[in-house]
Amino acid sequence: MNCDRIQLLLNGYIDGELDLVSSLDIDAHLQTCAACSSHYGLLSSLQAATSDRSFYHPAPPHLEKQIRATLRKAGPGSPAWFPFSVNWFAPSAFLVACLLFMVGFLARGLFISSMGTSLAQQVQMAHVRSLMADHLMDVASTDQHTVKPWFDGKLDFAPPVTDLAVHGFPLIGGRLDYLAGRPVAALVYQRNKHYINVFVWPTSDQPAGPQNSSDNGYNIFHWNQSGMTFWAVSDVSSEDLLTFVQFFQNSL
Amino acid sequence: MLKDQDKQAQFEQAVLPHINAAFNLAHWLINNDQDAEDIVQESYLRAYKYYSSYQGGNSRAWLLTIVRNTCYTWLHENQAQGLTVDLDDELSSVEFDGADPERSLQIKADQQSVGRAMEELPAAYRELIVLREMEALSYKEIALIAGVPIGTVMSRLARARQALKECLSQRYKEEG
Repeated sequence: MNCDRIQLLLNGYIDGELDLVSSLDIDAHLQTCAACSSHYGLLSSLQAATSDRSFYHPAPPHLEKQIRATLRKAGPGSPAWFPFSVNWFAPSAFLVACLLFMVGFLARGLFISSMGTSLAQQVQMAHVRSLMADHLMDVASTDQHTVKPWFDGKLDFAPPVTDLAVHGFPLIGGRLDYLAGRPVAALVYQRNKHYINVFVWPTSDQPAGPQNSSDNGYNIFHWNQSGMTFWAVSDVSSEDLLTFVQFFQNSL
Repeated sequence: MLKDQDKQAQFEQAVLPHINAAFNLAHWLINNDQDAEDIVQESYLRAYKYYSSYQGGNSRAWLLTIVRNTCYTWLHENQAQGLTVDLDDELSSVEFDGADPERSLQIKADQQSVGRAMEELPAAYRELIVLREMEALSYKEIALIAGVPIGTVMSRLARARQALKECLSQRYKEEG
């Protein structure tokens, strides 16, 4: 990435709005570029200065009382059809337009989730949750012909389910999960004593080869294939996970 | 009757706690506490009126959308400047003239200049600084409140920070 682009992305970076891959790119760039690193320092101190509590103007104490009284006088509100909803929902059309715009403009950056965390982080958290809550599987079966039909009627798509036991990655079950604002299929595989979660849901994005990232010691591979998007996450080594991903891709 | 009381209680519980956020935004957009009070009161009335069409979600962002709209109506009626920014500005990247590390320290030390620089920003930039730095809202929430795409939130914030920086540099230069 060149410095001009970094200058813009630094804003998303200090606001914690970049996806993991872009953040790591910026981390690396800041290590080697004195000019950007100094600009980063300036942005950080500007941010600290402008978020100072002394600039926050809380409502004067009498205002809340006044508003309560006004509300009591106002009585019941207007019916639900009032066009105010337009004011609030019109921006969502903008949002859709903007997402399209961003895909072109920022190519690979900025996948902003509902929580302000990147999708990669959501995937990693979903993996950790599945292991913590003793809720790794809704359907425990090593038989792909049991796991695949189990998803029928629970999802509006049919996830590809394949057993990779012959390659040392036995399928052990499946689960419903919720990611990127929609229900998704989670396929669970085992590698020795470790688990691999593969999250699957449909996408209209172009097929794209596996992209690697890691977060808190978990390795993540993400790719698009056959109209589906895949996120594989595990604490197995990056090499092992890549091997798994390649077998998985070849089986589709 | 009971139903109305329920509605009012529910509304007060969900929306009244955001009164400080509402007032802070109005204060920064209007720059006048008396008018800001009137605007917050009017915003609450409007919010209450349309509460039945509020479909859940972040009630602070919902209220701030109404406060922002009310402020902008007021600003238009009072012929305020700086409500829109040049679209050409938003699509280009932010040019960069190098920053010296010493200025970082100066910014920390001088809250008064920072406050004045924020007041001098165009409203379209100022509101982003308020929503992002003071309310710590996400780009997505800010995009909904300001009615702009998320990408624009980032490029406007970049512009706003650049403008703050330039304003502060100017000030330091004048002070020698």
